[in-house]
Amino acid sequence: MNENNTLVDVRGVDKVFKRGSEEIHVLGGLDLQIPDGEFLALMGPSGSGKSTLLNLVGGLDRPTQGSVTIGGQRIDDMSDRKLAGWRARHVGLVFQFYNLMPVLNARKNVELPLLLTKLSASERKKRAAIALEIVGLSHRLGHFPRQLSGGEQQRVGIARAIVTDPTLLLCDEPTGDLDRKAGDEILELLQALNRDQGKTIIMVTHDQLAANRASRTLHLDKGRLEREVTV
Amino acid sequence: MKYFSLIFASLKRKKLRTMLTLLSIMIAFLLFGYLAAIKTGFTAGVEVAGVDRLITRNKVSLINLVPLAHRDDILQIDGVDLVTHNTWFGGIYQQPSNFFAQFVVEPEQYLELYPEYVLSDEEKESWFSNRTGVVIGSGLAKRFDWSVGDRVPLLAPIWGQKDGSENWEFEIAAIYEGAEQGVDTSQMFIPYDYFDEARRGGEGMVGWYLVRVSDPDRAAQIAEDIDRAFANSRDETKTEPEGAFIQGFANQIGNIGFIITAIVSAVFFTILLVAGNTMAYTVRERTNELAVLKAIGFTNTGVLGLVLGESLVLTAMGGGLGLLIAWLMVSAGDPTGGSLPVFFIPATDLALGVFLIVALAFVVGIFPARSAQKLQISDALRR
Repeated sequence: MNENNTLVDVRGVDKVFKRGSEEIHVLGGLDLQIPDGEFLALMGPSGSGKSTLLNLVGGLDRPTQGSVTIGGQRIDDMSDRKLAGWRARHVGLVFQFYNLMPVLNARKNVELPLLLTKLSASERKKRAAIALEIVGLSHRLGHFPRQLSGGEQQRVGIARAIVTDPTLLLCDEPTGDLDRKAGDEILELLQALNRDQGKTIIMVTHDQLAANRASRTLHLDKGRLEREVTV
Repeated sequence: MKYFSLIFASLKRKKLRTMLTLLSIMIAFLLFGYLAAIKTGFTAGVEVAGVDRLITRNKVSLINLVPLAHRDDILQIDGVDLVTHNTWFGGIYQQPSNFFAQFVVEPEQYLELYPEYVLSDEEKESWFSNRTGVVIGSGLAKRFDWSVGDRVPLLAPIWGQKDGSENWEFEIAAIYEGAEQGVDTSQMFIPYDYFDEARRGGEGMVGWYLVRVSDPDRAAQIAEDIDRAFANSRDETKTEPEGAFIQGFANQIGNIGFIITAIVSAVFFTILLVAGNTMAYTVRERTNELAVLKAIGFTNTGVLGLVLGESLVLTAMGGGLGLLIAWLMVSAGDPTGGSLPVFFIPATDLALGVFLIVALAFVVGIFPARSAQKLQISDALRR
């Protein structure tokens, strides 16, 4: 962490995708600072660059230009191997369509990130059970994704994201595939993780009601920050 | 070890497809193991052939006899240490399908030349002192449930007796064991003196000579010297190392090694395509999952290892099972009922089988593994 409590520091970031000979400018000269412990919502129309920004902050992609610094570490110039290790230690990812392994039960899905640690099998098992307990699914340890509702699957996804106790939780449309009730429950869970465990959360959403749960909302359009709403 | 559950779980995703692929690999390795045993059956003699032993036969053909008088001339040749002879008896026990090899030999010289046929001193004495006594291998004894003292009647269409009969009867004087696994224990050795006295026709002639040389490095030169000694005579000879002689005998059926290699190669090429196709589909279907693994911190190399691991588990299970079933089938014995007296899967072929399992896993898995390794997380998650 740096001195002014900024966890995420994005400076002058451009992102250009190439489709054949065509260049698509998704982000242009973007600056963003997110303090540690913030719950930030990113909103904007499709193609505005919010998921791309999330990927850059999560080290899933690299900027064409500019720098991305997380917790004082520049991640945009790390090697692939180092970046993978950094993601494993510092980032938890929650996806719109949960992206669970259908052949693994809930506990084993949550255990996946722990396979990259030196923890023993019993310790991995224990930590996965705790993470599932936090998301209210301790009674579903042995269930496979197909045996769970959408909301439950997303809870497993969140348990997988928090099991390594990451600094940063990145959620890409976490309620996009859920009904209102299940979506609300997920948002409450994210709020609790932010409030009670101090997780810094960046959430991409199209839903204004979901964004209202965040402490700050940034609106992107055509790769630029258009406006900011702070609760 | 901790990734095994992940690998097994991935293979269980499409159970039917995995089972069918597993079955294909299993059958390929079953064939490999079984054909290796058959090949051994045809070439075992070559493997155990002595480097210091030469075979001298009639130049025209193996079925043409050579005079017994050649023996002393061969002994005179520099470098020749021991000479004895063999004659094919070709007897039938009860019915032709009960085929087994019978050779007429000089007992003492023969056992001296072939220490791989193991008899105790008492057994040797018992044979040498029994005029109509024969020695049989333990495999043959087991096949017909014969024991020492049993009398074995043989019908010999090639060798009639002086009284006009083609029926011979021999007493089993001893049973030999093989000194090593590849030694043929399905043969019968008949004493020459009794045979020569009783036979009608062919007197003074033998099938071929077995020559031991004092220096194996000079074997080729000595073979030339032997053949030169009988050049332009009525019974010219052809002398060759024992291994080449046996190989030539086996080649009368065909180049067994080549035929088997060709079959196994064709089978493995097909399996390569089948298993390769399975692995390619397996990875393509899981693009999203592999991207998630990378997103949560698996390295590119880690994902490559996981896909190669799946490939190895698939081929190891199929191949291992195939080799095991082949071994069990081969252990049940010679399927021809006696034509393949030496029938086992050599350790070298088992080791080759294990190598092929690993090689198949690598070849089948490397292309999908490389594409998984190169997968861009953000692109793959968008699919």
